[in-house]
Amino acid sequence: MKQDAAIIGRAASGVSANEVEMKARRGMLPEERPEASREVYLRIENLTKKFGDFTALRDVSLDIYDGEFVCFLGPSGCGKTTLLRAIAGLDVQTSGRIEQAGRDISSLPASERDFGIVFQSYALFPNLKVKKNVAYGLENKGLGRQEIRARVAELLELVGLPDQGDKYPAQLSGGQQQRVALARALATSPGLLLLDEPLSALDAKVRAYLRHEIKALQAKLDVTTIMVTHDQEEALTMADRIVVMNHGVIEQVGTPEEIYRHPASPFVGDFIGSMNFLKGRVAGDGRVQIVNHTLETTNMPATVAPGTEVLVCIRPEDIVARNVDGRESNVMDATVHEMEFLGSFYRARLLPGGHASDAIQADFSINLVKDLGVREGGSLRVWLPADRLIVFQER
Amino acid sequence: MTDAVITQRGLPAAAVTQRLSRDDWIMRAFVVLVGVWMFVVVLLPLYFMMSKSVQDPDGNFVGLANFREYFATPALSYSIHNSLYIAVISTIITVSLAFVYAYALTRSAMRAKGVFRVIALFPLLAPSLLPAISFVYLFGKQGVITWLLMGNSIYGPIGIVMGEVFYTFPHAMMILIVALATADARIYEAAISLGASKPRIFFTVTLPAIKYGLVSAVFVVFTLVITDFGIPKVIGGQFNVLAVDIYKQVIGQQNFEMGAVVSVVLLIPAVIAFVADRIVQRRQVALITSSSVPYQPKPSALFDRAMFAYCALIAFMILGILGMAVFASFVTFWPYNMSLSLNNYNFDVMDGGGWEAYWNSLRMAGYTALFGTIIIFTGAYMVEKVKGFRLARNVIQFLCMLPMAVPGMVLGLAYIFFFNHPDNPLGVIYGTMTILVIVTIAHFYTVSHLTAMTALKQMDPEFESVSASLKVPVLKTFLKVTVPVCLPAILDISIYLFVNAMTTVSAVIFLYAPETTLASIAALNMDDAGDVAPAAAMCTMIVLACAIVRVLHAAASHGLERTTQAWRKR
Repeated sequence: MKQDAAIIGRAASGVSANEVEMKARRGMLPEERPEASREVYLRIENLTKKFGDFTALRDVSLDIYDGEFVCFLGPSGCGKTTLLRAIAGLDVQTSGRIEQAGRDISSLPASERDFGIVFQSYALFPNLKVKKNVAYGLENKGLGRQEIRARVAELLELVGLPDQGDKYPAQLSGGQQQRVALARALATSPGLLLLDEPLSALDAKVRAYLRHEIKALQAKLDVTTIMVTHDQEEALTMADRIVVMNHGVIEQVGTPEEIYRHPASPFVGDFIGSMNFLKGRVAGDGRVQIVNHTLETTNMPATVAPGTEVLVCIRPEDIVARNVDGRESNVMDATVHEMEFLGSFYRARLLPGGHASDAIQADFSINLVKDLGVREGGSLRVWLPADRLIVFQER
Repeated sequence: MTDAVITQRGLPAAAVTQRLSRDDWIMRAFVVLVGVWMFVVVLLPLYFMMSKSVQDPDGNFVGLANFREYFATPALSYSIHNSLYIAVISTIITVSLAFVYAYALTRSAMRAKGVFRVIALFPLLAPSLLPAISFVYLFGKQGVITWLLMGNSIYGPIGIVMGEVFYTFPHAMMILIVALATADARIYEAAISLGASKPRIFFTVTLPAIKYGLVSAVFVVFTLVITDFGIPKVIGGQFNVLAVDIYKQVIGQQNFEMGAVVSVVLLIPAVIAFVADRIVQRRQVALITSSSVPYQPKPSALFDRAMFAYCALIAFMILGILGMAVFASFVTFWPYNMSLSLNNYNFDVMDGGGWEAYWNSLRMAGYTALFGTIIIFTGAYMVEKVKGFRLARNVIQFLCMLPMAVPGMVLGLAYIFFFNHPDNPLGVIYGTMTILVIVTIAHFYTVSHLTAMTALKQMDPEFESVSASLKVPVLKTFLKVTVPVCLPAILDISIYLFVNAMTTVSAVIFLYAPETTLASIAALNMDDAGDVAPAAAMCTMIVLACAIVRVLHAAASHGLERTTQAWRKR
């Protein structure tokens, strides 16, 4: 499924280039965003990175605003870490330009750029105590011993480890080590904070807690932050804006809501959250034909002509089963083929046409299942709201 | 659409070259230094040696004339047969004995494993001529147990093979222990549950799992034996082998060209064994995964007792051979005056170099350990961590592996040709302590380099990225983080270099001057002059120094673990 969606995503990425969408991909929708008042802090222009014959980044352009928290999200191998390492100067791009705070840093070595970095492995120096790790970058700046001590104490306080300074990294838990790495990266007050999958090595509970902590810390310090992650939940909860990447290109840039509600490509829709993909054909103004139903949609791309083959998409949780009677359009009767219990809800496979190949997934709450008596083999009338149906042109 | 992006910003895609930072320049400078160093101490001397083999005494090119002469002289070329014969027999015996010994240490539940393991490593502390001297006392004309040979002479192939087995046993055993220790218990449980018999399990599970270790042990022992000089020199009698031929041609007959020819001939099997071993090792895939369950031997009264008896016998022989030399060194005048005294330790009244040679050896070993460790570890770090510079790195990696394939005698002779060349400005170090230290570092470079590489590869590759982001110079991170974290490996390298510098004879025999005689060479020369007991005494002193340093090393490692390496524990 993932594989197929990725192929569809690539095929569709050259489609329907209307103005808004194009701006969305470049991350420039100034009138809709509070960051509009902010200045561009990091400007990435036409970045390409090749490893031999393999192109890891293909002509990527992106603006990141001052004080913003941006997530690079995508499957492994999509180029997100490559982009982060190019920004840091750790693996320089093949071509393209990077500007930070108005300064062209494209060809600067990492040691002459202004950033702090936290790796997935934390890369804490194992032979140095926590306080020495945090002080590592400070000791080189010609600060007095007293100043360094005060700054280290302040940083450890900030990350919630005020009395762990005399321990060695190995004596701390994974989450604590992660926070020490964060304190070390922030010690020299860098203008840019880079986080490379910082939470991947932790277990679920710690991860959820630290997600919140890091976000709060970032907001407090107002430091421009880029985080690389493959975890959509992390990106949705932490980011001001998400940059969705695939196969070395940016698929979409937008706020978490925009990305989720208005995916710019089938790939984005499939990668973030769950999505039904139905093959259809444009039947006229705002209408599509799927199997034996005609559906209305408010999201028809302007450029498609009637008769064009399209993909009609809807999220499982957007399918409505309550109060459907009385509605005239976008209603279909379906057989409940299978029901999967997922804890807080059921995921049902509905067969509107009777064929397993046309199955639609719908998420129903436990209450709904009880109230409507939904059961495997039973029949059910559902409504597919017109504003929730997204249409992509098929290539 | 991407086109639109480009035109909007109006910037053509120009290739970006990253500017080198100060750290990059420093690291590249170090890499170049390492390259120059390896070039001068390994490659150039070898080139000079090889070119000498196709020249006449006046330096004119004569093609393969020297080689034709060599193969037309049976007295010389028959040594090839002798060397291969000795190497094959010794390899078969050593690897067989060491395999059972290692098997007992890893796969039985016998007692005293730790003691047996330590005893088996004792031969590493002695120069290779020590077992030969012992055998003279045990099996020589007035030997203690000469009757055991049933009329055969110890001077010749029998003595050489026995000496080589003693000398190479710990090398084979260590490789086999590593191979046998990494066993996955689950495979054995599966075999047992499928009803396989014990012999079938041994041939279908145990042997296939250790075949690479076994092959490696074979090549290592073969190379050590065919390149060894000390044992055949002392106990070989009229039985000529290649390594001794080089010595005879160069020191005895001053025929440097023929010495070079024999060196080239000796280089061939050594290089073949080295290349074959590399190819085999590359094919080895990790048999142990993170989910492996370590094999725990179960007690079995009969098997454990048999293994204990076997190990006890081997350990007794090792201690016996070592003890014989030590004992003989205290006997006033064998076999006429068996009273014990320190007369044989009165080195200063004998030829060979006196106590001065012993102090020279300690100094030489100390310098080798100190400078060798610094050069090798720093070099390995720079080669591993430098950014870009791929060609230089690959060339240096190859040069670092090369010394493993070069026999000590060949390297020593190559140094004569290179450093004693009238036009070489580096000739000033000829005949000094410096050249002895350099040749010893070069001779034992490969194993030390690999130890350093292994330790460096276990470090987080992002340490350098972090320190760059914090604007800390790479040299500071190297000293404050890399060196402390790698201290156990660094100590291992230094002890390896020290012990080998104390015991080596081969490379340095061509390069010492009267005032820089070494203990191992003094022992050889005293033995040559018929002073066998003083030679045994000098060997005993070498063993003593190595043993003391070993104990200090163990204590230091232990102390380190408790103090500076506290971070290793949770």
